[in-house]
Amino acid sequence: MTVTVYVPRDSAALSMGADEVVDAIVKEAAARKQTVQLVRNGSRGMLWLEPLVEVQTDTGRVAYGPVTAADVPALFDAGFLNGGDHSLAHGPTEQIPYFAKQQRFTMCRVGVTDPLDLAAYEAHGGLEGLRKALAMAPAAIVEEVVASGLRGRGGAGFPAGIKWRTVLGAQADQKYVACNADEGDSGTFSDRMLMEGDPYCLLEGMAIAGLAVGATQGYVYLRSEYPDAQLMLSTAIARARAAGWLGDDVLGSGKAFDVHLRMGAGSYVCGEETAMLESLEGKRGVVRAKPPLPALVGLFGKPTVVNNVMTLAAVPRILADGGAAYAALGVGRSKGTLPFQLAGNLKHGGLVELPFGATLRTLLFEFGGGSASGRPLRAVQVGGPLGSYLPESQWDTPLDYEAFAAVGGLVGHGGIVAFDDTVDMRAQARYAMEFCAVESCGKCTPCRIGSTRGVEVIDKMRGKERDRQEALLRDLCTTLKDASLCAMGGLTPLPVLSALDHFAEDFAAD
Amino acid sequence: MPSDAPSAHAGALDPAQSAAVSAAIERLRDLPGALLPILHAVQAELGFVPPAAHEPIAAALNLSRADVHGVVTFYHDFRSAPPGEHVLKVCRAEACQAMGCAQLERHVEQRTGVAKLHGTTADGKLTVEPVYCLGNCALSPSVQLDGRVFGRVTPARLDALLAAAQRGAKGGRS
Repeated sequence: MTVTVYVPRDSAALSMGADEVVDAIVKEAAARKQTVQLVRNGSRGMLWLEPLVEVQTDTGRVAYGPVTAADVPALFDAGFLNGGDHSLAHGPTEQIPYFAKQQRFTMCRVGVTDPLDLAAYEAHGGLEGLRKALAMAPAAIVEEVVASGLRGRGGAGFPAGIKWRTVLGAQADQKYVACNADEGDSGTFSDRMLMEGDPYCLLEGMAIAGLAVGATQGYVYLRSEYPDAQLMLSTAIARARAAGWLGDDVLGSGKAFDVHLRMGAGSYVCGEETAMLESLEGKRGVVRAKPPLPALVGLFGKPTVVNNVMTLAAVPRILADGGAAYAALGVGRSKGTLPFQLAGNLKHGGLVELPFGATLRTLLFEFGGGSASGRPLRAVQVGGPLGSYLPESQWDTPLDYEAFAAVGGLVGHGGIVAFDDTVDMRAQARYAMEFCAVESCGKCTPCRIGSTRGVEVIDKMRGKERDRQEALLRDLCTTLKDASLCAMGGLTPLPVLSALDHFAEDFAAD
Repeated sequence: MPSDAPSAHAGALDPAQSAAVSAAIERLRDLPGALLPILHAVQAELGFVPPAAHEPIAAALNLSRADVHGVVTFYHDFRSAPPGEHVLKVCRAEACQAMGCAQLERHVEQRTGVAKLHGTTADGKLTVEPVYCLGNCALSPSVQLDGRVFGRVTPARLDALLAAAQRGAKGGRS
């Protein structure tokens, strides 16, 4: 009897030896004359258990992890092909509390299916949204997305439907959909997991966006640090074209939409939407002044929908289930779910998709399991390198855009990086300025010069100079915040000042 | 290192380089926004973008050499000199910091003699570069060796990875 075994091809699983585990399973099965069908799925998001091997049994999929190649013979001895018990066994995958307590909406297929299997994609709800959209008027698609309350998942949180409405209303001979897959924030990997684990979902979302606004061409701007996602996405594009749901005649509708994949080249600021457009045009990734909005004058000067991977990937189910179903999730003006990413010094790092409104403490302890080091957690940076460091007194803040803004933070792309009590917050503040200096596009003075001066001022904040330099640093941060052209310079003060305000003891004179 | 110093790479393209540059231009010049795809293709083939390639690329795209130079030098990925046989990228972003990447950085510097994670070992075997996030942040600290990501990297694991790379065939360039 053939047993189906799942071993993820997600790059996090690969980074812990998933390919070696596959080789070991193949070799061991051959030696024992057992027939195994291997499926390379995406990751379930329980990344501390990677490589997480799943076996299909009569009662569903059961999980083993983290599995190394050396564990494989013992797993065979334990009868893992029949769900046998072993010290690495976790029982039915979907009953593991970390997974069971989530609400998978955008990431519903990631880890479940073979990412490139079109039949599996459709069997699990894929293309329902696109088929619905093809039967709708463009304005009706836009209004469905408006009704969902979906906001931009790249960090800015602008209502996606409103942006689409602007592009729909613009008159032009060509419009574009540009997907921002330049997921540069440290502590974030949901875009990567989706592109590696369910790439068709992104393509379907882009096609729906194209139908909604009248765009026939889509571009994905993918960061070069993600070669595995590049391979999956380029293969998925080729297969979707061959299957006739991308190209000149989308699913036989007579409507055209195609997607092109472009690679970034290691620049963080190219995640800023206008810098990304410049880069897509083959130029230096220098930020543009707004207005004009990219919705009106975007890629190659044409009206363009610019959305993050997570935004576009939420769209197929919003169309399939209706905007109201999505809007019923979440709190306040933060509708729907967000795939949070637990990273850094946490015992159980991974991806947790929940409706907005859970507290940071829930994510850190109930899901994250506290620190990986066993020491007390001290600071948590939410929202990437431009997000605030939160002290324990703020960990009960609900994760929604407005509640986080109210405590001077940002939810951003949903990355949560935890630090234990060995962290030196002066060093973290200095790094924030250093990173801004390394990655600034150089167009505006506050960011280009201010970041370098910021590093120098933090270095001088010692001894008799301490208080005078702190005043200078605060003044510099005001300039960066108020006078920078984009979020790179404008938000760098958040990690710097939150470190200074909440962890002043790390900035002592001596 | 000073970039304006005369070097073996500053001269004309050798025949193999010239062929690679021409092939990339011919294959990709008609794409909208073709410059980055061409530069990626040249670097994938040669391991770097020879400064002498700026001129033919500029001519093909109706740009100035300054435009091409500006783009090559803006992006961290593009190298203007050949890398070592193997390329190690060490992540130094926040999630890796939270798991001790500073110690890993010091270990790499001591082991390779490459200062501040920027440069190539004297024997030309290994190029070390910093990287700001590999998207493997739940399994920090991470490195990328010859295009492949490794998680939970300790100094001992890194030594083993480097030793295996040196024993094995020449790495894929990244």
